[in-house]
Amino acid sequence: MAYDLLEEYLRVERLPHVWCPGCGHGVITHALACAMAELRLDPDRTAVIGGIGCSGRAAFLFDMDAMHTTHGRAIVFATGLKLVRPQLTVILTLGDGDAVGIGGNHFIHACRRNLDLTAIIYNNSIYGQTGGQVAPTTPPHKKSTTSPYGNLEYPFDIAQLAIAAGATYVARTTSFDFRDMVKFIKRGILHKGFAVIEVLTHCPTYYGRLNEMRDPYEMLHRLKEHTVPLEEWEQLSAEERADKIVVGELHCQERPEFVESYYALITRMQSQQVKGDGN
Amino acid sequence: MTPTLTGTKKVVTGNHAVSYGAMLARVQVISAYPITPQTQIVELLSEMCANGTLRAKFIKVESEHSAMAALVGAASAGARTFTATSAHGLALMHEMLHWAAGARLPIVMANVNRAMGPPWSVWTDQNDSLSQRDVGWMQVYCESNQEVLDTVIQAYKVAETVLMPAMLVLDAFVLSHTAEQIEIPDQALVDRYLPPYQPVYKLDVSDPRSFGALAPPDLYMELRYKMHKAMEDALTEWARADEEYYELFGRRYGLIEPYRADDADLILVTSGTVTSTARDVIDELRAAGRRVGLLKIRVFRPFPAQLVREALANAQKVAVIDRNISFGMGGIFAQEIKSALYNAPDRPLIFGFVAGLGGRDITPTVIREIIEYTESRDEPEDLIWVGVKR
Repeated sequence: MAYDLLEEYLRVERLPHVWCPGCGHGVITHALACAMAELRLDPDRTAVIGGIGCSGRAAFLFDMDAMHTTHGRAIVFATGLKLVRPQLTVILTLGDGDAVGIGGNHFIHACRRNLDLTAIIYNNSIYGQTGGQVAPTTPPHKKSTTSPYGNLEYPFDIAQLAIAAGATYVARTTSFDFRDMVKFIKRGILHKGFAVIEVLTHCPTYYGRLNEMRDPYEMLHRLKEHTVPLEEWEQLSAEERADKIVVGELHCQERPEFVESYYALITRMQSQQVKGDGN
Repeated sequence: MTPTLTGTKKVVTGNHAVSYGAMLARVQVISAYPITPQTQIVELLSEMCANGTLRAKFIKVESEHSAMAALVGAASAGARTFTATSAHGLALMHEMLHWAAGARLPIVMANVNRAMGPPWSVWTDQNDSLSQRDVGWMQVYCESNQEVLDTVIQAYKVAETVLMPAMLVLDAFVLSHTAEQIEIPDQALVDRYLPPYQPVYKLDVSDPRSFGALAPPDLYMELRYKMHKAMEDALTEWARADEEYYELFGRRYGLIEPYRADDADLILVTSGTVTSTARDVIDELRAAGRRVGLLKIRVFRPFPAQLVREALANAQKVAVIDRNISFGMGGIFAQEIKSALYNAPDRPLIFGFVAGLGGRDITPTVIREIIEYTESRDEPEDLIWVGVKR
């Protein structure tokens, strides 16, 4: 681990961060900084774009160009940025409500378009910043301030949604698995195309407190116990999978990347125009 | 947390005053999305819906745009509908706000006034609601938690009479998160004041109708004319609804509220919670023998132009405090007041002050400075920025 390099990537004067004691968001942000350091990313050629919610605060912890955008639209801001500055490495720090709730439409279209962005989704299964309302990722029967007697709806499986919509690199891990987080984020950044790294994380303040799991350590252990690595998952029967979530590198494929295709088209059309002018 | 008290005194925040107002109005469908500083309004309502205190459907949606769209559907089927939002949530609803008004649906919404980003702010100013000035929603600016609760109930009365949607507005944190004692009216009395909503037209399988069809140029303008007439009628209806409310509950607010303004040479104009601070300053200056008064604008849309003209007729100078800015022009209340007075035979000099943006406090000292500045000038000024670090 390139810990000695972290100061090059983080605004250390902004630490400690503002998230609640016991929150998993700091761990994910730390993993992202480690991934940047291990890849020796050039901070002058990297940008972090955050949305709204607790996760949105991550962007400003990085000592590089950063934007704190509106709710659900971070991917769209990043699309504009990446098309104009294709040489930048653009990383998104999104929440679950941000990415697949209010911004769900943009998320599926970014997957489909296969733009070279890396989206790290801090999935804590609840709207944390506004005080614990039900999210499109809240499991059934779980409590929130807007589902005080249990959620009647069923959640998105973000990783499966990303795969189905066409994302070309999709991995899922938890705030417990620090090394996997760093590994998948690094691979996502190196991958040419839209990469989604879903990190299941714990919100002791709201999700935990409302669901009789207010101890962050207990929440971390539950994440560990309820997740199964892909290779083990494939051996499990449907019954054994019932209350488990699969983690690991779930999907990786090569498909033409949008920015490259776009610039290649311009080059091709311009060269045809030159030929046309010559005739 | 769950209310069981009616017709009693209770200490509640402005946000929960909204929730109790919606509960007493017996709303039937609520749809909302979380946003600071509004969220507590719908949290309490979702609890009331889930435990049966309020017999309403609570629809959790994926954005504010969807929240308003869901209410348009529910109101079209004849339900009494409610939502609450703030700042960027209101901005995201914009398309649906036009739709609700054009479809003549009496939806009521609470907007907690919060400054627009960027830069991000969660504190109060009026640019969010005033940016929706021309969508065809009535707008009412509240000063206290009691007024907030009473206005929710009055808003349904007026909206369902004139068939235009209504937005009540309260200041972020100063009202939304501040608790004060209010009276929760008796449910039976509220029921007498506000009978169930009986729509003239609604989606009904036994009497099918089409809504939202294309209107060619020879029809469209007439529909817009009718919306404007409904807004004009709403001026009378707000006055009537306020008087009926007074007869039953002993409280009324007026469309505007002049305070010690009859013989005032200088009248200060305010809206929202700044009014309470200004009232104290006026009392203090009156005690020192100064002829100053106050005019609170409560109903902003429809704009009570005639009442404003009458209230300001005898003043020599008027100082308008705007907690908002229309970039390239000035404070929005000041513009409206100037516009209302232009054709009056005798017009006071108008001074427009912009203060308190993004939640900066408007203290008694700030208000005294505004009054002193106005007193010391002979020529009116369109835009004076108060307390800006240059």
